[in-house]
Amino acid sequence: MPDLATSSPRDPAASAAGAADGAPPRGRGGAAALLRWEVLIAGLILVTCVVGQAISSQFLTTDSFTTGSLDLSEIALMALPLALVIVAAEIDLSIASVLGLSSAVMAYLWNQGLPIELIAPICIVVGGLCGAFNGLLVTRLGLPSLAVTIGTLALFRGLAFVVIGDASITDFPTDWTDRAFGNFAGTFVPNTIVLFAVLAVAFAVLLHATPFGRSIFAVGANEEAAWFSGLRVKRIKLTLFILSGAVAGLAGVVISLRNSTAAANVGTGFELTTVAAVVLGGVSIFGGRGTIGGVVLALLLLGGIQKALTLSDSISSYWIQIVTGALLIGSVLGPNLVQRAREARSHASRSRGSWPPRLGPDQARPLEEDA
Amino acid sequence: MRKSRTPRGPAAVGSALVLTLAVAACGSTKNDSSTSSGSGGASTSASADTGKANPNAPYKKGMKVVQIPKQLGNPYEDIEDNGTKKAVEEVGGTFVRKGPTDAGASTQVPIIQSSTQTKPDAIVIAGNDPDAVAPALKQAAARGIKVVAQDSDVAPDARKVFINQASSEEIGRDEVRLLGQQIGYKGQIAILSATANATNQNTWIKFMKDELTKPKYKDMKLVKVAYGDDDDQKSFQQTQGLIQAYPKLAGIISPTTVGIAAAGRYLSKSPQKGKIKLTGLGTPNQMRKFVKDGTVEAFELWNPADVGYLGGYATAALVSGQITGAEGETFKAGHLGTRKIGANGEVILGPPTRFNKANIDKFDF
Repeated sequence: MPDLATSSPRDPAASAAGAADGAPPRGRGGAAALLRWEVLIAGLILVTCVVGQAISSQFLTTDSFTTGSLDLSEIALMALPLALVIVAAEIDLSIASVLGLSSAVMAYLWNQGLPIELIAPICIVVGGLCGAFNGLLVTRLGLPSLAVTIGTLALFRGLAFVVIGDASITDFPTDWTDRAFGNFAGTFVPNTIVLFAVLAVAFAVLLHATPFGRSIFAVGANEEAAWFSGLRVKRIKLTLFILSGAVAGLAGVVISLRNSTAAANVGTGFELTTVAAVVLGGVSIFGGRGTIGGVVLALLLLGGIQKALTLSDSISSYWIQIVTGALLIGSVLGPNLVQRAREARSHASRSRGSWPPRLGPDQARPLEEDA
Repeated sequence: MRKSRTPRGPAAVGSALVLTLAVAACGSTKNDSSTSSGSGGASTSASADTGKANPNAPYKKGMKVVQIPKQLGNPYEDIEDNGTKKAVEEVGGTFVRKGPTDAGASTQVPIIQSSTQTKPDAIVIAGNDPDAVAPALKQAAARGIKVVAQDSDVAPDARKVFINQASSEEIGRDEVRLLGQQIGYKGQIAILSATANATNQNTWIKFMKDELTKPKYKDMKLVKVAYGDDDDQKSFQQTQGLIQAYPKLAGIISPTTVGIAAAGRYLSKSPQKGKIKLTGLGTPNQMRKFVKDGTVEAFELWNPADVGYLGGYATAALVSGQITGAEGETFKAGHLGTRKIGANGEVILGPPTRFNKANIDKFDF
């Protein structure tokens, strides 16, 4: 956004063009920046590998991948729809509470004698309903999603305690808990991560290869322009909140089976790590930008850092929170600084006068503008 | 803008390259480390996995023990773990302590898993949730790591030995007896516990409820079990809530050191100070000022350092093959003398000590 301020003359033209084809010209430059962001995350993963191996010779092992990824299963699952929500310039902070409510509902229904095969879809539906509640408040009443989902963060968690109280249910059938805790068919990849991978592909296709995905970017980049160009902004947002809730409901089932414990208090605080993963993955907190690939890389990085720190005999667990927090700030600050640097440079080059541009389709627009 | 466009192609290639490198790096080291883990694991566990106990076996040299408390920053756990450390070091072992930052049901799991990877001889754990940690502990056991639960039990098939502070039944019943004496066996009472899933607290509460069914306590009524999650602020608020919700409350039992200290802090500043009796399990250092200012008449506890110390020796005996965790086996426990394993692999430290104005200054923990 800030670069629009410096080049105000082309502002209306740019946004009109953006609204028309769903991809603002700025988006091409944005894509390049994102690619660089992903390279940066990949580089950090490499650094983590080196540092992790220095911390413990056990770091670069399949064991680390298995256990490290298993711990992040639910956060990884919830990060996928949250990425879409944030690309649409909204936020859903209630996901961890939906997860808790789902776990509580699961415990309640299990006590009522229902089979897991039936409970799981019900929990996903309950999650979807929670999401719909968020979505309706945001789209129909026009409330800011930050306020709404902070409210429902408390509301859904409270409901979870109403459903099951302080009890915890631990007598789930072992074939299901083993499945949630175990690895996929003799590999070192946990079943939950296989589930994540399938959903990640689905969400990547949805966001990057469908008209719906394009419209999410349009809504996030400029809601008004998206509306004027005929997109059903409210319906798109509502769909995203429902998706977010449903996946959080699924995550509630996964975490309950994985830990053989369903209770109202599971997953407290997961929303922060999930938001951190999404933003670290290059999804702009202001909407309109982001890739599922970036989010997957960010999850790998977070998982790697957590693993490295827990493998150390001498580093306290508090450092995991510190490092996660620092990365979150860094991931918001980083692109901002890059943007400012770029602005400063374009100012400088403009005052010097433009050098003769090579001919190419990409260069066409700036040339026209300079003239 | 111009400059940002040009590196697009190279950037894509670069990112792919870096990723391939990262994956390759992860992939290539996997093989040699897994072979080394195979041999290393076998040599460390061979001596101890022979099945039969040999009471006279020497302590294993260079024993490495990982201690996993319920959470970091809990003074009770700190004292207890120092006891374990002392015992482990007395028999020449090395001690590492790793804990989660909060006492959630599953927060210990990643730590157990990472500890398993570093192949210690034993893991000593105070479980936050008996079942959530069980699969990870069983994985550790499958790799020849001895698992000892201390203070708060885990699922019995996930550990060899459980170090119990005192018989759970005795603690539960004695708390009710203590409060009964203070309130003249009459009035509404409440319990302020730790987390809703905490194994030890729940067992004690079960026996408290059972004790209350005796005719002697017919005029005492348990109105509420509140959960402060072993969080000071939350326990403080729960105390406040209890007193507002039940104006006629006569007494509170808080069978957790965090809870009783928070409740004491609230009561000492409230008009109900001394009127609502507070008892439970606390450390003398935390409770000293509340006992002296009259907020609390008496409370009790075992010596947590001794719980840890006993756990440390049980662990050493287990690792060295002196015991297998079967009922009736005995082992030496330093200054605590010889101890015997009871039913279900439980070792009991002994009856709790009561602290009051008269004796509290004799204790410093």
